[in-house]
Amino acid sequence: MSGFFAVEHLELSFGGVHAIRDLSFSVEQGEVFAIIGPNGAGKTSVFNVITRVFDPSAGRVVFQGNDITAVARHQVVNHGIARTFQNIELFEGATVLQNLLLGRHRFPHGNILAQLCWLPNVRRAEEESRARVEDVIELLDLAPYRNALVAGLPYGVRKVVELARALATQPKLLLLDEPASGLNPEEARDLAFWIDDIKHDLGITVIMVEHDMSLVAEAADRVLCMNMGEAIATGSAAEVRAHPDVLAAYLGT
Amino acid sequence: MNPQTLQILQLTLNGIAIGSIYALVALGLVMIYKATEVINFAHGDILMGSAFVAWGLITIAGLPFWLAVIITMLIAAGISWLLEARVMRVIVGQPHFAGAMLTLAIAFMLRGAVSMAFGPSSRTFQTPWSGQSTHVGGLVIADLNLVIIAAALIITALLFAFLRFSSLGISIQAASQNQLAAYLCGIPVKRLNSFVWAMAGAMAAVGGVLLAPIALVDIGLWFVVLKALAALVLGGFGSIPGAIVGGLLIGVVEQLAGVYLPDGFKDVMAYLVLIAVLILYPRGLLGEAHGRRV
Amino acid sequence: MRFHYDTTYRDAQRLIRYRADWLAYGALFLLLLAAPWILPRYYVGEVSFIFIMCIASLGLMVLTGFTGQISFGHAAFLAIGAYAHVWFISHDVPFVISIIAASALSGAVGLMIGLPAIRVSGLHLAMVTLAFSIILEQVIGRWKSVTGGYTGVPVPSPSILGIDLGGLRPFYFLCLAILLIVFVALINLTRGSIGRALVGVRDSETAAHALGIWVGGTKVLAFVISASVTGVAGALMAHHVQHVTPEGFSLLLSLELVMMVVIGGLGSLRGAILGAIFISLLPTFISKLKPMLPAAVSGQFGLEIFVFGLVLALFILFEPMGLNGRWLKLKALFQSFPLYRRDTFRRGKTYMKSERYR
Repeated sequence: MSGFFAVEHLELSFGGVHAIRDLSFSVEQGEVFAIIGPNGAGKTSVFNVITRVFDPSAGRVVFQGNDITAVARHQVVNHGIARTFQNIELFEGATVLQNLLLGRHRFPHGNILAQLCWLPNVRRAEEESRARVEDVIELLDLAPYRNALVAGLPYGVRKVVELARALATQPKLLLLDEPASGLNPEEARDLAFWIDDIKHDLGITVIMVEHDMSLVAEAADRVLCMNMGEAIATGSAAEVRAHPDVLAAYLGT
Repeated sequence: MNPQTLQILQLTLNGIAIGSIYALVALGLVMIYKATEVINFAHGDILMGSAFVAWGLITIAGLPFWLAVIITMLIAAGISWLLEARVMRVIVGQPHFAGAMLTLAIAFMLRGAVSMAFGPSSRTFQTPWSGQSTHVGGLVIADLNLVIIAAALIITALLFAFLRFSSLGISIQAASQNQLAAYLCGIPVKRLNSFVWAMAGAMAAVGGVLLAPIALVDIGLWFVVLKALAALVLGGFGSIPGAIVGGLLIGVVEQLAGVYLPDGFKDVMAYLVLIAVLILYPRGLLGEAHGRRV
Repeated sequence: MRFHYDTTYRDAQRLIRYRADWLAYGALFLLLLAAPWILPRYYVGEVSFIFIMCIASLGLMVLTGFTGQISFGHAAFLAIGAYAHVWFISHDVPFVISIIAASALSGAVGLMIGLPAIRVSGLHLAMVTLAFSIILEQVIGRWKSVTGGYTGVPVPSPSILGIDLGGLRPFYFLCLAILLIVFVALINLTRGSIGRALVGVRDSETAAHALGIWVGGTKVLAFVISASVTGVAGALMAHHVQHVTPEGFSLLLSLELVMMVVIGGLGSLRGAILGAIFISLLPTFISKLKPMLPAAVSGQFGLEIFVFGLVLALFILFEPMGLNGRWLKLKALFQSFPLYRRDTFRRGKTYMKSERYR
């Protein structure tokens, strides 16, 4: 199979419900890969298996040659995989800056004793984290909200903060779960530009689950369409859109 | 029957009687929780206050027992209704912890008020069954225990029928599943919530009147809420059968531990069982398993 | 209004940034140093006790305010700290080592109690801690060889390097010094990556997992930190009361600690301190108030608990952010004086959000 990221013969079932059936796909480095499909097709479940929220019933997930099907849930990010969530999962009681700094959690910040005494190595680590976070803030235009509490922010900004937090982990692979849902057209257009920047300037590979076909057509290099837990078509956005099975899945013929 | 089995049976029966009261209190707590998602720490103090009110009505005012019980239930229901409608509703939408702390504050105030009104000494009152007992085989059963078990059974059955068959009960169930949806369907959610609190308050009053003859009318009666909470967590929070099972289990285990285990175990047995069960079954014995959607 | 004007990221790390703050904190520090000579003798002991309560309240704040885990049995950790410390110094362990060992032991027990926290949360966890403290009270009462049972044990006077610190003023400075150490250490902890992880676990476990935070481990760590800090407070409390009995660590004390963090304002170390001061002074205040009340009320046994309940209820109803929230609002009022709008901190309308599926 290919080198960068691959899902091989993935199965996921809860009791008798098959959320994912024999799903295989691979993503090349530097690609923007979109997963589309009707509601309940199992798109988010794929992300949840990759980030170890669920244990797959069969199959494996390979990232850069490592089998990550069984790593601990909090270790996934250390392999360079970050994600956002369909229903925003931010730290509501913290500021935007703290949220983004939490994205840097996987980098060493000194052990607990050093932190209790705020030793020089902790200071340097905090400075470094702050600098990297400021880069992300600049990229995504979050400066006006830096010290605002997340709980008071409008929906569109929260979406961006979540994207920023995922970027702060300095991932190689970014999983975006419906990044454009709930955004107004202007925000969605910004998002398309940002995805482009993430791909070209930061060199991060992106897999996104998305319903907004205009965003998918604009941003994605390849598209996978799922239905009832199965892959039914792969190809460019135009190819997938014209595929008879995809039309059948959406229109229900 | 040999004396050994007889003693165990005797203790189990006593345990079931005490456990019925725990279950009754736990039922009230679980109803309040299901309706308003508040853990009502003041429930034990409503029970304690009811015992004092019943004592006052019977001993000082000289009312007949049954009339006193009914008046006590009405008073407890009224206070609970007011608590929900006037106090708890102010903080709707805040985290659970705030609600729990507010009921704790109310509990302190009730405890202080009862203590200021009646003084610290404990007292007793007569029930129609005081001092009587029934002999079954070799067993000697205090009539009071039988009455407690019967009362708990009747209340549980009535509650079940009410929630299952009456339209009001079904509305309550609907509101407890999704308040907003119920509200949009025209169910008067606010009034129902107050009603549920009032019902729970009346049940606590029954618990208080039944517990007082066993344990004296005393400020310390509020402690029963901790046992009931232990019962709830044991049975699985939010589950009505769980509340009953948990209550009975704790009642029986306590009685048996009082006799068969060294001194001191009786008081802590409920909590030992609680910790053991939670380590083995983190959701309690009959708890519902909820996943969280990501 | 004051704006942060940082030129390096290190500027943002400074704890005290403005000259006015330096002056204010400096003045407070000097006042605390001079207090034992200004205050009447009785109050010097009271203030030492407040310092001890501040330490305990800080300990609980780490757990409840930052990690969002509720403990209704934190008096148990005070008890463990107190009894362990007394046992150690009675066996000729030097004071400093003894207090560290007592804190470590309390932390170890915290680890044990924290382990269920990986699987249970919310009320279930609160019940575990409550159950634990009730059981512990019985154990202390029965384990006579170590704890002296219900009659309790006398506490030797504290001394470091042969210098007796049992006197009123030396003990005051001992408590103040330890409080400052604990306070600064916890400030450092909460502004570092571990502190952020604690808040992360509180606000969204799902996101915390995805960012590489080991959620279970973090929860247990919070318990260990909280229990060790509270253990230190327990050790000092033993010296304060001079004779420890199990009744001194009742459920009421646990609830008082919870009140301190709630009234102080969850999620803020300053709140823990303010809350501890407030709750510790409340009984004194009530006893001062009594002569002004009609005899029918003031002579009553239940007045104190009634006032405690009333204060807690008023705070939750009208100032859910606690004393710290009030402090921030006053500060905002003064800093933006002519521009302050009444509605700046107005609460919006809320409706019930289910927490059942967490």
